[in-house]
Amino acid sequence: MSTLATAPAQSAPASRAMVSWKAPIGLGILAIAGTVMFGIFAGSKSAAFGIVDSGRASSVLAAWLAFVVALAAAGWLGSVWFRARRTGKPLERWIPPTLAAAVVVLVLALLGVAGVTVITVSSPLIGWIAALVMLGVAGWSAWLAPRGRKLPPWAAAAFAVAFVVGFLVWIVAGGRDATPFISLAGLLAGAVTLAVPLVFGSLSGVLCERSGIVNIAIEGQLLIGAFSAAVGATVTHSVYAGLVAAAIAGALVSLVLAVVSIKYLVNQIIVGVVLNVLVVGLTNFLFSTLLTANPEGLNKPPHLSSIEIPVLADVPLIGPILFRQSLVGYLMYVAVIVVYVGLFHTRWGLRVRAVGEHPQAADTLGVNVNRTRFWNTVIGGAVAGIGGSFFTLVAVDAFSKEMSAGRGYIALAALIFGRWNPIGAFLASLLFGFADNLQSVITIIGSPVPSQFMAMLPYVVTVFAVAGLVGRSRPPAMEGIPYVKG
Amino acid sequence: MAEAPQAPETAQPPLPTGPAVPAPGLVDEREPVLRRIATGTPMVSLLSVVLAIVIGGILMAVTNPRVATSAGYFFARPSDTITEIFRPYAALVQGSIFNWQGADVAAQLYPLAETLTVSTPLIFAGLGVALAFRAGLFNIGAQGQLIFGALFGAYVGFSWHLPFGLHLLVVVLAGILGGALWGGIVGLLKARTGAHEVIVTIMFNYVASFLLLFLLTTPAFQRKGSTNPISPFLDQTALFPELLGPQFRLHAGFILAILVTWGVWWILSRSTVGFEFRAIGANPNAARTAGVNVGRATVVVMALAGALAGLSGIAQVSGTEKYLSAGVAASIGFDAITVALLGRSTPWGTFFAGLLFGAFRAGGVSMQAVTQTPIDIVLVIQSLIVLFIAAPPLVRAMFGLNPRRPKRKATPAATSGAAS
Repeated sequence: MSTLATAPAQSAPASRAMVSWKAPIGLGILAIAGTVMFGIFAGSKSAAFGIVDSGRASSVLAAWLAFVVALAAAGWLGSVWFRARRTGKPLERWIPPTLAAAVVVLVLALLGVAGVTVITVSSPLIGWIAALVMLGVAGWSAWLAPRGRKLPPWAAAAFAVAFVVGFLVWIVAGGRDATPFISLAGLLAGAVTLAVPLVFGSLSGVLCERSGIVNIAIEGQLLIGAFSAAVGATVTHSVYAGLVAAAIAGALVSLVLAVVSIKYLVNQIIVGVVLNVLVVGLTNFLFSTLLTANPEGLNKPPHLSSIEIPVLADVPLIGPILFRQSLVGYLMYVAVIVVYVGLFHTRWGLRVRAVGEHPQAADTLGVNVNRTRFWNTVIGGAVAGIGGSFFTLVAVDAFSKEMSAGRGYIALAALIFGRWNPIGAFLASLLFGFADNLQSVITIIGSPVPSQFMAMLPYVVTVFAVAGLVGRSRPPAMEGIPYVKG
Repeated sequence: MAEAPQAPETAQPPLPTGPAVPAPGLVDEREPVLRRIATGTPMVSLLSVVLAIVIGGILMAVTNPRVATSAGYFFARPSDTITEIFRPYAALVQGSIFNWQGADVAAQLYPLAETLTVSTPLIFAGLGVALAFRAGLFNIGAQGQLIFGALFGAYVGFSWHLPFGLHLLVVVLAGILGGALWGGIVGLLKARTGAHEVIVTIMFNYVASFLLLFLLTTPAFQRKGSTNPISPFLDQTALFPELLGPQFRLHAGFILAILVTWGVWWILSRSTVGFEFRAIGANPNAARTAGVNVGRATVVVMALAGALAGLSGIAQVSGTEKYLSAGVAASIGFDAITVALLGRSTPWGTFFAGLLFGAFRAGGVSMQAVTQTPIDIVLVIQSLIVLFIAAPPLVRAMFGLNPRRPKRKATPAATSGAAS
């Protein structure tokens, strides 16, 4: 969400001569659509949101703990902010969103302390508030545009939050029951679960594409990861062996991509597309021959159960997301942080980015361009392979044909929507996971929007993102272009 | 983003195949004639196909329990093992070209007719992908464009009731319109905002298939009295006439495919627009300098590519399937990419590649029925062929055909322009 929010603010400052009406028009259309849907056609129902996992008692201890931590964090961040204000020093970019997150946690913890488990809100009331916020921001943006100025990030964030909240309340209130209820805790936890393979896939894309290799083969890497994890874990009776097998298989697909595109200079998009077909054919074929003939011995992997961190897992809403995950889920958080720090705060990362942006310059300074690209691609494949293991070790306990079901392409979309940045890709994956889970949840409670349109949402949003209507997504400069010395 | 992507190397046939084939007039006297033939482009294509079939055969042999059984007494009766290994391929040929066990001529030629039927949509969609390739655009969106073509065509086919002849014409035009619309939007986005067509087409594929799923649940599209997401049958007047009588599925769409292949050839090699397409495919900046309106040409080429894929949808709804279902596109749109790549993006190359992959498809079905070999092996062989063909040096290296020269730089064979 924050990628969407900060998008307009970060693009190049428009000069007076070139007034960009893209943002006001885009926001205006969304605001009007939002007003019509959430406000005018809101009906009169209320919507109820459960903020504690159903079937689990809310832990007051956990809530107090979260309250104290959030209060301390918010207090510290706030003091940093005020100090920066007073001394006139520029504020570091990560502080405002973190502060906002701390405040949200604080509110949730307060609800937990107070013993609130269900929040019921009136659909038209929230709808009109959301609509007014959106119209206000859109109007402000239209007022700023001819003056050559852009919306501040917080206003764009407010717009995004208003849209999401308005949409959620509207769509839930459209359910069949008198006061439709959904478990917000379950919705978010499910969203993170669905996002796990997407995050790994898009991180694989970040690693490859930052070094200048287009990785369309994410889909194939996820699928072969799922297959190898199932077979590897079944044969060895060890989930860890399954994880290793998945990583190796993903890396092998990447190896082909790297060798064929770096050594033989074949167009990377062609190789990627062909590899996807190859993996689908190969896994389908092996599934139909070997795995169906011997499901007990080859396709019955042990389940990778989730590891719960006591007390913390009971914090309302965020507990299950952060502290009740499978090993693959925790690995996901680690991977995001490692890739982010590695790419932007180490010498290795600087070299990788240089290779992706200007290989000639990197080469001149002694970086081996093709070796960097080769290893990045292989590591990326291993990361995607681990993501694929999620399908067979966590989500479903067996491999089935084409079970990645196009998630690799959504990961690609998340990568672009997240602007080739690990954190951005992570947040975009979460957003897509959320949309995916929301779709299945609202199908159960009945909804005014056909589920097919909900399913379409991530793809449409991506088209908007690449078309530059929501911020601007710029790939590494030398992506897809082979480097030949001399 | 603003800059057009590098044209795929296959987009500029005839392809120079590196130092192995010296330019005419500069024939390397030291290289024997045989060697030059063995390392030429047609030979590499042939070797690619052979290599892929061999690898596919190994895969089938390894996973087939009967091969393992017969290999147990290999030295006693080796013919058994060999028969088992070749059985799937025999079934493939029998199901795609000629059925030597058929009772009469019709039964014997039925597989061939089936191959041509299955090839028809592949050829159309392949042409769509190939045309865009020639303009340096990666049209991964044949799938979505096909769906849109089928959607428009099928709607006209079952809800309008027009006289014979006119109805089919209108259906075909509707299909062209649907595909051109979906492809044209991609071109417009690319031309106006610089959005990369690979991403946009992939996303549009999903949007189109979800839209199809949705529409098939609405009263306008769903068959009366059916709970399945399928449309009513198209009117008899909206169908392509059968070419060989009702016992064959082969329809006049195949004739149209031949005509359209010729048309695409004409556009590319004889018309001004086609020259512009090839110019922006070869070098968009040079084309712009020479006065080509790159933006307009991008929109036009994507609309044309979409129209061709839309025709593929018409071949499905008006020819093979006779109604619209969620699976109307099967995997044709994706197979079309491999078809275009195998055909090296030339119209006739694509035509014959479509025939080959059509034969694989048709034969794969009977192979699965006769020998229980899953049809998915066809995907493996198909993708291996394309992978090998895209990397001639790889194939030559595998057969030891690379010229042995001391200290050679990487072959510029498959290099796109930017490398130099």
